[in-house]
Parts: sequence; C-alpha cells; structure tokens
Amino acid sequence: MAHHKKNRNVGIIGIGQTKHSSHREDVNQPELIHEAVRLALQDANLTMKDIDCVVHGNMELFEMVHQPDLWHVLGTGAYGKDCIRITTGGTVGATLSCASDNLAASGMYDIVMAIGFEKLQEGHTTGGITNMADPLWFRKIQAGALTGSSAYDVEREFGLERANRASLTYRIIMDKHACLNPNAHRAFGLEFSQIDDLIRTSPKLVGELKLIEMCSQSDGACCVIFACEQKAKELAPTPVWIRDHITVHREETFNIFGYDRTVPVIKTHKFAAEQLFRRNGIKDPINYFDVFEMYDPATWWAIDWLRDFFALPGDEHLKLVENKEIMIGGRMPINPSGGVIGSNPIGATALIRVAEAALQVRGNAGPHQIPTPVRHALASGFGGTMWTVMTMLENELNW
Amino acid sequence: MDKRLAVCAVAQIKNHPNYHYLRFQNMLLECFEPILEQTKATFDMETGIRTIITCSDDVFDARTISDNGITDVVGAHFRGEEKIAQESINGLGYAMACILSGHDDVILFMGHCKESQGESRRMVSNLAYDPFYCRPLGMDYHNVAALQARTYMEKSQVTDEQMAKIVVRSRKNGAKNPYGRENKIVDEDEVLNSPLYSDPLRELHLYPVTDWAFGMLLCSEVRAEEFTTNPVWITGYGSCMDRYFIGDRDLASNFSLKNAAQRAYAMAGIKYPREEIQIFELGDQAAYQLPLWAEGVGIADEGQGGKWLDEGGMETFNVNLSGGQLNGNPLLLGGAARVIECYYQLSHQAGERQVKNVKRAVAQAATGGAGQHQAVIVMEAQGG
Repeated sequence: MAHHKKNRNVGIIGIGQTKHSSHREDVNQPELIHEAVRLALQDANLTMKDIDCVVHGNMELFEMVHQPDLWHVLGTGAYGKDCIRITTGGTVGATLSCASDNLAASGMYDIVMAIGFEKLQEGHTTGGITNMADPLWFRKIQAGALTGSSAYDVEREFGLERANRASLTYRIIMDKHACLNPNAHRAFGLEFSQIDDLIRTSPKLVGELKLIEMCSQSDGACCVIFACEQKAKELAPTPVWIRDHITVHREETFNIFGYDRTVPVIKTHKFAAEQLFRRNGIKDPINYFDVFEMYDPATWWAIDWLRDFFALPGDEHLKLVENKEIMIGGRMPINPSGGVIGSNPIGATALIRVAEAALQVRGNAGPHQIPTPVRHALASGFGGTMWTVMTMLENELNW
Repeated sequence: MDKRLAVCAVAQIKNHPNYHYLRFQNMLLECFEPILEQTKATFDMETGIRTIITCSDDVFDARTISDNGITDVVGAHFRGEEKIAQESINGLGYAMACILSGHDDVILFMGHCKESQGESRRMVSNLAYDPFYCRPLGMDYHNVAALQARTYMEKSQVTDEQMAKIVVRSRKNGAKNPYGRENKIVDEDEVLNSPLYSDPLRELHLYPVTDWAFGMLLCSEVRAEEFTTNPVWITGYGSCMDRYFIGDRDLASNFSLKNAAQRAYAMAGIKYPREEIQIFELGDQAAYQLPLWAEGVGIADEGQGGKWLDEGGMETFNVNLSGGQLNGNPLLLGGAARVIECYYQLSHQAGERQVKNVKRAVAQAATGGAGQHQAVIVMEAQGG
C-alpha cells in the first residue's frame, strides 16, 4: 500500500466515558454526552476553549433523531466550533477516531474532540439493525445483529463440545474483565465452573447463539481528545500515539456469512489486518501487540475473529482462549475492559475500544490495567455488513 | 507538504422531482462509471482509490446505515468508506483532511438523496428536533426558516417583492443548467400570489422536492496530473456550529456563517473576498437566505441585504448562476451541488453560464434549522 508518512503525528491526550448501563433515564442525550465530554476535558486538563473541531457520530435510527449533533450541541460544547458528523454503523466510533486522526494530522486543526454516543433504551436496537437490510431482498431474513452462523462454523470445525466450551470460556473471561471495569454495563460475577450449566440453560436466540453469548444494548457515551504532535507533547505527560488505521468495507450479499463451504469468503478482518501489518512491517502481530481491544458483539464471532486478526494457524486461536491466554496477565490480553459483550452503546462502542486501548498504553486504566508494560495496542471496530476498522496505538514515536 | 486538494472530475445525474424508476444504487452507478471513464482511476491497493467518502442520510433512505446498500456501486468492496452524515460540503472539508494528513492521496466522493421517497421532508427535519420541547411543537426546517425569514426581512429591509425576484431569477438560471431540476418558469406575480406556507414564506420561496446523486474524484496535488489536465483546487474550508434552541440565537446575526467563512478565507489566504472571489454559490434553501448568506460570506454589508439586492448584488458577485438550491437539490446535497457549479466555472465547463476570467469561487451550505451549522469552501482555478 502506497501509504505515506503522515503530515504530522497525532496523539490521544484526553479520554472520558460514562458509566454504561441499560437505562440512563436520569439524563437526556446531550446530558449523557456532556458527562463524557467533561471527563475527557478534565482528563486532558483542558477547557472547551482549547478544542478546534468536534467530530460527532452515532446511528440516527436508534433514537430516531435526524442530524443529532444539532441538538447535542447543548452537551458537546461544540458551539462556535468547526464540526464534522460521520456515521458508518457499528464501526462509527472507530471511524470517529480515524477521522480525528486525519483532521489533526492534516494541519487544519490542532486539537480535535471525538464524541461517540448511543442511548439504545430510547429505541429498538434489533429493529434498528434489521432496518439496515435491503427492503426488497434481505429485510425479511435479517434478525438484527443476531447470527448463529459463526457458531455453526466453529462447531463444524472443532466439534460441538469444544466449540461451546471455548465460547463460554471466552464469555466468562469477558465477565471477569468487566467486573474490574467500573464503567462496564454487564458484570455478573460468572465463574468457569458454571460453563456446563450455562451451555445447557442459556436460552437460544438464533441457531446456536445463546443469550449469554450475545452483547446487550447499552446507554453510554465516550469522548476522546486528539492533538497534533507538538500540542500533545506540550499538553500531555503521556500522549498515546496513533500509528496507523485502516478501514475495510464489503458489500451486502446473501453469501455474507459464508454458508457455502465450497466458496470460502474472504473476511474483512483478515484482509484489513494483513494490509495494516504489512504496511507497518509487523510480521508477528501476536507478539508485537501487548493488548487488543476487539469489537466482539458475540462470543462466537470473537473466538473466530482472533484467528483472522492474528493470522493464527489451525486451532491456535481456540487454544489462546482455552488456556486463558487472553485474560489480563495472559500472553495476549483481549478486552481488559470487558469488551462489547460487557457494554454496547453502539455509536460509542468502537470509540470505547480505542479509548480503552489508549488507557492501557498510558498505564492508568484502573482496576483492569494490565500489570505488564503496554507499548503497542490494537483496537478494532466492526459494523455494517461485516466491516472492519483497525487502529494501532503506541507509547513511543519510533516508526 | 500539500496545502490544497485537487478536484479532478465530476459526474452527476440530473436533479429530478422523483426518480421513481431508479433506486439510489442506480443513481450512484450512473455517476460512478463516468468518473472512472474520465479519469481512468483504479482501485489498486497501491496506486488507486483506497478511500471513498460518501454522503447520505438514514432518515431519507429509511435505512439504518444508509451507506451499507451502496458499497458495491461506490467501489468500496474491500476498500475503506466513510460516510458524512451532514451537509455534503463537509465531505469535501473532510476529504481535504484525509489528503493533507498524508493518509490518502486519491479519494472518491459520492452522495445520494431521494427526497421524493419519504412521505414528507418536513417529517424528516421535524426529527432533527429534540423529542421533549421542539419536536412536539411541530418545529421543522421550513417553519423555523420562516421565523428566521421574518427576523431577517425586518433587519435588512428585504421585501416580499425582492424574494419574488430571487425565485424568478433562480428558475431562469436553473433552466440554463443542463443538470438543473426542470421547473416551471414563473414571473414575479406568480411568486407573490403563491400560497403562504409558513408566514412569511410562500410555497415558491422554498426549494422543491428533489432527487439527485453525484460523484467527484479528489486527489493530492502531486497526483492531479494523472487524472486530469484541468484540475480545480480546494484551498480553504471552515465550518461552525451555532446554538440549538432558536430562542438562544440571534437568527439574523449569521454567527456561524461568519465564523465558517472567516476560517475558510484564512486557510485560503483570502483577505478581500469581494475583490478576490468571482463566483459565489450560496445554499439558498429558501429565497430569503440568499441575501442573508451573502451578508454572512461578506459580499453584502451587514443589515443591507435589501439594498444589496436592489443594487444588483446577485449579478455583481455572480451569485447562484446554477439556479442555487432554490432551483432544486436535495437537502444535505446542496453543498456538493454548489461546489460542483464552482468546479464547472473554474474549469471553464459552465456552458452558457460561464463567467469570464474566473480565478476563485466560494461555495456555502448549511445543516440544520435556520443555518445552525454552516460550512464554506474556497476553490481556485488551475493557475489561479
């Protein structure tokens, strides 16, 4: 890829998130956003005066507000500022981060604030997602983001028992992480000893996908402040540098989940990871990265996608899960935050991945901080019709 | 280090009252193919288009993630695509950032909107208001525009007769634009007798329901010659957000537009817009907005919009020779339409609308009720 050197480096200098929850009836949308904005400004030791541009994103049809940044100005602080509104579906939060990186690197703006938000209690999430399907061809067979097909794939390849145990092991690890993250929405206190019970008793949603394996819908907002290199060095004791990012979409098609064994479907995660790592000279991603905040809407997708992201052979991806190497303190910690299964305010979710990865690099994530030094972090976003956004975050400017 | 963005090629379909026989995918495809034909651009991962910026809207499309039905027809299959869910003019500002950042060097920018598809575009803009106070009151962009119109007409002595002249002129100019919406040519009496829609706005004062799609190939300075012999440059962009509650705003102050214009001028190194810029394309979703925005971008004196109209300001500054949004572009795409007209003028492809000796042009457009969020683009001709 003819990828140029960036005009200017960009670092993250402020991070704020709300407590994510199924119902934030105590606040309206601008008030919810305002919480995250205040926390990010506080974190960066800045005021709104310092912000040059505000980037806003969510999905309109979840709350049924058209161009919501216009109303949300009451909470974003964007009055008098340059503003851009970008939306790409589930990936929107990750796109906000890519856009902020581009905006600050361009020289047009020095300090850019990204705001991702969703208040899913105000709408019908599965209805909203179903509504993305083509009204003539796909909508009748779409069940929101629920798909059991990845479960079938993993079961077919590794057998029913191993696949289900890996899925539930992943689920319980995420819950253990969520229990350490004060902002997580769902933190049940599950134990590994409950795996067999949960496989047997958790209600089936679609095919093999069980209720316990799926993310829920959350209310929440996330705000991240990006600054050009000079400003970041002036303003932040430990800026987190954005090394690179990539976006890969694919068209909607009946073959999207790869039901036909004879025609393997290239996955955007795999393609994006290959491109991103190649152009950054990363040959061994699993050892290069110290943490990965992955957009994992369901356990089956998560365990399947580990293979794609890290180009792992055979059953290495399952072993990572089974041997609990993805836990905080393991070889390749995944989602110390508890991930998307822990909290999913969709418009904020992919930005939370970037924010949580940046907190880990900065070393002050709180109770869910990885004990060993984090130099290189990876964050992914997922959405649309199997779309991928990936962002690399690093503690040093040495590339 | 690049300081500007090249516009290498433009394609569009005709602005139309109702493309009932085209899905928005078809509309885009009709813009996509000519761009590739004109420029020979590819989607090669090393040298081709890796980033596509789109502009569309979930509510108008009645689809969550309105860009997921168009991935294939904008060339985004296994490429990057980012959707501007705002006035399309901001897509050009964002494209500029993508290129100037060094992250991209070629960008395809595409947009679509079928205003005709919904029951009512007032329903769409009513949804832009909060569900607690403004939405139940029935506020939408049209009746909020009427409040702004009344305030502004008072402040700048703009009359019903002058607004009629603006509409008549818009339709005359629009008729010279091969991609313009085909409207009935009207005279001033017809406009003056047009039914009141939201006092003081009459039906003919408002832009008509329109369907449209466009495409543009944008690239970095160094690569422009690969795609065109006649690039047009985007040299400045600025935007600004005003307050939300209209009671918190001075509706005739142009607060956000003045800021956006100043930012765009500063970036493009423009000190005296009246002397340095020859073409102005303003986003007039309603007739009264033309003189109001003219004050905002600095070609009419503050509070003198009425006088400016009488003195022929629209001709002096070549305002909306395309017919403007008033002749018909869908909401959110008006800005791209303004930029495309500037592109035609600056690359000498404007046919019978062509102005001689054009060096620079300005495009402006707004999102939200009464121009809450404003954005301005400054463009320059090759060798300008």
